Amino acid sequence: MKDADAGTVHREFVKGNEAICHGALAAGCRHYFGYPITPQNDIPEYMSTHMAAHGGVFLQAESEVATINMLLGAAAAGKRVMTSSSGPGISLMQEGISYMAGSELPAVIVNISRSGPGLGGIAPSQGDYFQAVKGGGHGGCRIPVLAPHSVQEMYELTMHAFELADRYRTPVMILGDAIIGQMKEPYTPGLCEPPGPIDKPWATTGCAGRPRQHVKSLYLKDDDIERHNWKLHEKLQRIEKAEVRAESYHLEDARIVLVAFGTAARVCKTAIQWARKEGIAAGMIRPVTLFPFPKTLVHETAGKADLLLVVEMNTGQMVEDVMISTSHHDKVRFMGKPCAMPTPDDILAEIRLLAGKTS
Amino acid sequence: MSGGGKQHFDKVVFKRPDSLVDVKTHFCPGCHHGIAHRIVAEAIDHFGMREKTVGVACVGCSVFLYDYIDVDVVEAPHGRAPAVATGVKRALPDHFVFTYQGDGDLAAIGTSEIIHAANRGENLTVIFVNNTTYGMTGGQMAPTTMLGQKTSTSPYGREFSNDGYPIKMAELLAQLEGVAFSARVATSSPAQIRKAKEAVKTAFDMQIRRMGLSVVEFLSTCPTNWGMKPLDARNRVLGEMIDYFPLGTFKERKQADFV
Ligand SMILES: Cc1ncc(C[n+]2csc(CCOP(=O)(O)OP(=O)(O)O)c2C)c(N)n1
Ligand code: SF4
Repeated sequence: MKDADAGTVHREFVKGNEAICHGALAAGCRHYFGYPITPQNDIPEYMSTHMAAHGGVFLQAESEVATINMLLGAAAAGKRVMTSSSGPGISLMQEGISYMAGSELPAVIVNISRSGPGLGGIAPSQGDYFQAVKGGGHGGCRIPVLAPHSVQEMYELTMHAFELADRYRTPVMILGDAIIGQMKEPYTPGLCEPPGPIDKPWATTGCAGRPRQHVKSLYLKDDDIERHNWKLHEKLQRIEKAEVRAESYHLEDARIVLVAFGTAARVCKTAIQWARKEGIAAGMIRPVTLFPFPKTLVHETAGKADLLLVVEMNTGQMVEDVMISTSHHDKVRFMGKPCAMPTPDDILAEIRLLAGKTS
Repeated sequence: MSGGGKQHFDKVVFKRPDSLVDVKTHFCPGCHHGIAHRIVAEAIDHFGMREKTVGVACVGCSVFLYDYIDVDVVEAPHGRAPAVATGVKRALPDHFVFTYQGDGDLAAIGTSEIIHAANRGENLTVIFVNNTTYGMTGGQMAPTTMLGQKTSTSPYGREFSNDGYPIKMAELLAQLEGVAFSARVATSSPAQIRKAKEAVKTAFDMQIRRMGLSVVEFLSTCPTNWGMKPLDARNRVLGEMIDYFPLGTFKERKQADFV
């Protein structure tokens, strides 16, 4: 997007949830299905207001179970599709997500997560990490998970999610939380190109001029289902190889390295700046893709640093991936706050403590 | 006939519909799923829509719809076919979209999806095959199981005090404003099959004219899980099933409420 005034940069001042909608529309998503749940209601509300003007379809389903299956149908028809929800709704979608992974259907699923388990609360939380990253659905299904930490990234990673979904024929999840969804800040749309159109010769669009084809995940013969599993596995390996994204924040000389994603990482940045003012060499690895996880970066950094401090808005989930990534288990520490955002002071206090221990 | 070569007929009176694939059936002897498949294929041919059709298969004995009907097919999770079909139809509004669902699929796990697709007046056609049991999983009780009917999970016979009553979906759906057409048919006699064909054609026509959701409930058989010979199964449909599940048209919209 270019402004009429040459030299000025066009910026938008919106909530994170709205930036997701901007990203989706820019990426050519014209089919949105959803069901209300806090703290993501801005997304269906925005889509219901604007989708028609873009010639698209907004439909409020009767449940998240119906939502994910409408998504499945529209994705099978070859469209770029998106839904959004939060904890309980995402749980209801898991069967459908597994079907979509098994049927190799591209789609973007946004989880603006809240605290749990059960009905939990609407406070921000990163308690859905395991469900998102380890494959909440049955049968060994796993899908890429992107974790934005700013409104800019809500916009950009949504576009990226559509690109990944189409390229690998897989559902992709965006894992945010109440803070990043509700937070307003400026972003610059022009920094990133939306994904171009892509051919979907596999889509079920009627068999005019070709043999009939199917979108399915049922393979009853032993050989077929085994082969299908290895095919999906091989796809995940390609994704792990090519699609890892992580931000290295003041890593060069860092002795104490924080590992955090999303909103928690945002707070960590402030704490790291304050720590550096006090002469503590702190830095951070911020996984942007939670699956695939930046294993190599974590391992190499763990080798060089004195300590890794994993900061999460839960009681310890990503810390397990950190442990899997590195053999330096003795260097890994954890700090968690399950149902609220930790403050920079909280984190700085922990960094100071660790710095005292390591100096 | 001598001399071999191709036989010549003046008039073809019966042939496989173009939309029905020429393969051996996997359905059990005496199962009426195959008859319903043929009727659907004939209707697709009748309207010349094979290349613009997307079918939605459900989970149950009929999941292999895609092996038999020569159209694009999406496979839905158990009970979710009306939601999947909603997605397909909203994405491809000019295509012809139908679901094919069993009674466990539509009347138990999928009640929410069928009621709401119907209530929205989704422009879809639903072929609903009611054999009063869960065929694929081995003959367990379904919401359509008759009172007193023994199944593998109602071994002493279904009792209303524990399991409620068999649900009449065609009548229930007819109550909803969004439904354009709702009928119940059977395929246990040539006359019934003729009526079933007419009902399916009317249902398809409703979709083509954008009248809303159309549903045809087929009273079908499951000799395997009923523990009956094919003919006895057919007679069960003609007797106690039709007594409880009357055949007929429960709703037929004459004019579109919306275009
Ligand atoms: C979520 C879920 N629950 C249960 C099943 C197991 N299941 C497969 S088919 C079926 C019932 C099928 O019965 P019906 O819909 O009546 O069709 P029929 O096989 O009789 O044609 C069930 C319960 C499943 N596949 N998915
Ligand atoms: S189990 Fe029943 S429904 Fe399934 S194919 Fe056999 S007879 Fe038909």
